[in-house]
Amino acid sequence: MMATKAGGTGRFTQDEKRRDSDHVSFLKHRGFRWLWVALALCGTAILGYLMIDQQPRPNGGSWYGYTLGTIGFGLIVWLSLLGVRKRRITTGQWSLKAWTSAHVYLGLSLIVIGTLHTGFQIGWNVHTLAYVLMLLVIITGIYGVIAYATLPASLSANRKEMTRAQMIEALTAIDRQLESAAQPLERTEADLVINALGQDVFSGGALARLTGRYPGCATACALGGMGRQSEAEQRVVALLEKRREQLAQIRQQLRIRALLEIWLFIHIPLTIALIAALVAHVISVFFYW
Amino acid sequence: MFKVAIVGSGPAGLSAAARAAALGMSHVLLEKTDHLSDTIFKYQKGKHVMATPSNLVLRSDIDFEAGKRETILGIWDEQIAGHKVNVMLHAEVAKIEGKKGAFSIHLRNGEVIKAEAVVLAIGTQGNPNKLRCPGADSPIIQYQLDDPGEYYDEHITVVGSGDAGIENALGLAADPAQRNVVTILNRSADFARAKAANVALLEEAEREGRVIVRRETTPAEVRENELLLDTRDGQEAIRCNRIIARTGSQPPRGFVEAMGIEFSSPEPGAFPKLSPVFETTTPGIHVIGALAGYPLIKHCMNQGYDVIEFLNGNHDLKPADEPILAEKFARLPGNRSVEEWLEVFGRNVLILNDLSTLQLRELLLDSTCHAYEPGEVIFRRNEPGSSMFAIAEGSVAVEVNPADPSVTVPIEQGSIFGEVGLISGRRRGATVRAAEPVVALELSRTAALKLLATSPGAARAVNAISIERQLLQMFGSGLTREDVAPLVASAEVVQARAGQVIVTEGADDKDVFIVRRGSMIVEKQIGDRPVFLSYLPAGSYFGEMAVIDGSTRTATVKAAIKSEVIRLPGQGFLDLLDANPALRERAMKDMAGRRATNAFIESRKDEFSGAVDLYSQTAAFLVDNGIGEATDVLLIDEKLCIGCDNCEKACADSHDGLSRLDREAGRTYAHLHVPTSCRHCEHPHCMADCPPNAIKRGPDGEVFIDETCIGCGNCQRNCPYGVIRMDAKPPKKPSLLQWMLFGSGPGPGEAPYSWRKKKAEEEGVAKAKLAIKCDMCAGIDGGPACVRACPTGAAIRVSPDKFLTFTKLTEDAE
Repeated sequence: MMATKAGGTGRFTQDEKRRDSDHVSFLKHRGFRWLWVALALCGTAILGYLMIDQQPRPNGGSWYGYTLGTIGFGLIVWLSLLGVRKRRITTGQWSLKAWTSAHVYLGLSLIVIGTLHTGFQIGWNVHTLAYVLMLLVIITGIYGVIAYATLPASLSANRKEMTRAQMIEALTAIDRQLESAAQPLERTEADLVINALGQDVFSGGALARLTGRYPGCATACALGGMGRQSEAEQRVVALLEKRREQLAQIRQQLRIRALLEIWLFIHIPLTIALIAALVAHVISVFFYW
Repeated sequence: MFKVAIVGSGPAGLSAAARAAALGMSHVLLEKTDHLSDTIFKYQKGKHVMATPSNLVLRSDIDFEAGKRETILGIWDEQIAGHKVNVMLHAEVAKIEGKKGAFSIHLRNGEVIKAEAVVLAIGTQGNPNKLRCPGADSPIIQYQLDDPGEYYDEHITVVGSGDAGIENALGLAADPAQRNVVTILNRSADFARAKAANVALLEEAEREGRVIVRRETTPAEVRENELLLDTRDGQEAIRCNRIIARTGSQPPRGFVEAMGIEFSSPEPGAFPKLSPVFETTTPGIHVIGALAGYPLIKHCMNQGYDVIEFLNGNHDLKPADEPILAEKFARLPGNRSVEEWLEVFGRNVLILNDLSTLQLRELLLDSTCHAYEPGEVIFRRNEPGSSMFAIAEGSVAVEVNPADPSVTVPIEQGSIFGEVGLISGRRRGATVRAAEPVVALELSRTAALKLLATSPGAARAVNAISIERQLLQMFGSGLTREDVAPLVASAEVVQARAGQVIVTEGADDKDVFIVRRGSMIVEKQIGDRPVFLSYLPAGSYFGEMAVIDGSTRTATVKAAIKSEVIRLPGQGFLDLLDANPALRERAMKDMAGRRATNAFIESRKDEFSGAVDLYSQTAAFLVDNGIGEATDVLLIDEKLCIGCDNCEKACADSHDGLSRLDREAGRTYAHLHVPTSCRHCEHPHCMADCPPNAIKRGPDGEVFIDETCIGCGNCQRNCPYGVIRMDAKPPKKPSLLQWMLFGSGPGPGEAPYSWRKKKAEEEGVAKAKLAIKCDMCAGIDGGPACVRACPTGAAIRVSPDKFLTFTKLTEDAE
């Protein structure tokens, strides 16, 4: 008797369905369900824009413009709630992956909804500010999608089954060995090792972290200045090389993590600015009706 | 001549001695160390000791309630002194001779103590192995290291290459300011018995010169401040002020058996045979406490009291568990007394026939009694359940055909059912209803396993019944017990270690096998590589193809983990098929499916051998990582995982603020990552040794720890996957809104240790560290939070038999 399918409803049936599942990325969630929803939304909006005779001209102030504006505003507010959804672990049949999927595709559809809402009227005013902010948010979001789709594999490959704590531990172990191995060295060479050991592993600033280039790396510097004659020197060089490799792994890990997260530092503040500009846009529109 | 000599001063021995003192009975309490209650004494400092089961009343002259180790030991020391108990420290018993009324207890130091009766309360810790060389009695040898920080300026030699020895050596050498010269001796060339992480630390310490490691070296003679060593290159003396011997311990069984005391079976888990007054098969010697099979402190203390009362002639004393049993029996019809019910269960249920009243009482404490009306459902098909039922009165009907509930097979009074869940850990195979008014006993998994280990008769009976039932269930409707009787008689249970080959491709043997517990993997040799074909969970059968069409074996089947298979002789199987055309038809249909898979692989082997390889290797990786015993496992696709740790945060936020999974830790193959998270094993290792029996399998198949956990840490040590942590429940965090708007509290996910510690100190209530593990989000609508909270679809929880299917190769899931 091979595995049996169960009848009935409830947690057991849910669990059986779940246990039968497979890895499917947020982009391909449920056969691109949200892509199709977004495409349908955009298609309807474009069709409406072309078919409906807006007087005096297509504009955010026509009834169709208001409709598009309301849809767009609603979408933006809902999309910004992803941050809350992610952190509020309530009970119920929700999946953050489905939310992310919808967030990506509906967010992209805003390009069409928002642009049609402007009626292609751009100017130096708070309305256009909101539009531009929205586009910037979407552009940073597109970067995020690309990063999420391409970077994780290299993050995993670089990790080599080590946890962050283990990487730091490995470095500490090398450092302990270096310290005792460097005892017989000459003053100048010993100073090189002391510098390498004393340098903050995480120093180098945001640029170094994002590019993975650390020109001031004291370990690389020590390797350059170390002689290779005596047995003690050779031991230290071997250890310094191990240290350089370990540092490279940690730095690569930091770099990929930074690339995966950097856009959020723009995406989220811009979203807050966008919501503020949107509120100003809506209030001013109603004020000057 | 004392009236009674009590050996061992743990909770059981202390309580017995206090009772004897209170009754004015002449007594002596023998303790081999220099303090009372050594097992609890050796707990780590400040450990919170629990008092379970809470419904059991304490009957003792000394007090005990949950609290810190120090408080409890303090109260005991004080009360033992207050009762004027005659304590003898440093009194290690070497042997006991004589008979009831005149025992001679020989101590290691040569002293002999005479007593009329002996109470053994020595627990199960055993005695450390002594060094086997001249000078082994030297005072510089110690068998335990409490605080490595105590020793300064000494030459210390650690003997023993296990984890305990390595940890002691590293501890002694940790602080250079102590200026100790630490040497560790290893009889062999490598440290095979220790954990890899410990060995790595030791080797590092050796490279740095902090510890001297001597391989292939044994102690030859212990002298004054000197230790003579046998090395590969001859003898050598080293300076030595202290020797820490960590060469394992001897279980107390040999010591006990030397007194002529019989155990219930040769199984390692067996206990001494005892009468209702705790008397062993050697009259005059009584056994109580953990050695008698009762590991909990309250049980031990009650038995200490009871055994002295019995010795004092009080034979009317009812055991302290009487009210608990009375409550258990209260829901049964007929208004019978506890004695009457014990009599009914012991007499009517076949597998309980050989038990003593004491054993029966204990078994019933761990079991539930049920009364069912005719037609009432006892359990349903596909429900998880690892308990076994025994019918004391009445009979039940098993619905063998899921499609037609009217087809039933009866099980009569005295027999058992539900044993499949016990053996294979799988879900219930059929719905069982009461056929007439039924009184049944439900034995928890641990109680049932203890019964099988202590009663060989019960083990044999359960074995035969389970094979018969498994055959009947496997081959579906239409078969009767008479049909399968010849097969049952010729069936043989075969143990298979992980990786052992059961069937070899190309061989022409003809037996049929049923996977009884564990799981199998099926492989086929394509070219020079084995290709993974399928995964067979417990309850599957294999090997029938060769029998039916007389061909050679078409694939190799080997055990994925330690397993048990039932071997059925091919001829018996053929006879059964010949007599049952319907059965033959089903077997042929099954065979067609397997043949199709084989043919598919053969046809595609050139086209996508790369994909086949990757699939085979991934399957092999998962099996190597223990997926073969999992029922529900968290797998992360690292091509999708962005490392946000939202899974861990979600886990912490849905469970008292502590995460039960470690995303980063664990093995990875081809971007498939098995994080450190519970797999809900079919036969959970964590359940093996839980004193309060707090680890259970829940209604959704989850293995969980209930609130009776005493924080002993056994489960954490027993789990081979490191998924159990010991921690105190953290204080409540400010709400998410407060964090988002005002930045108060540590935010979503597990609060950092420093925050938890500070907050807990502010609240001022010390909480015990208890075992916590994944409960598969039981009782939380929506299912596992880790999966729901994954933003990219990297985390899934799956069952291995569904994940490891060959269809993976033929259809791209994404």
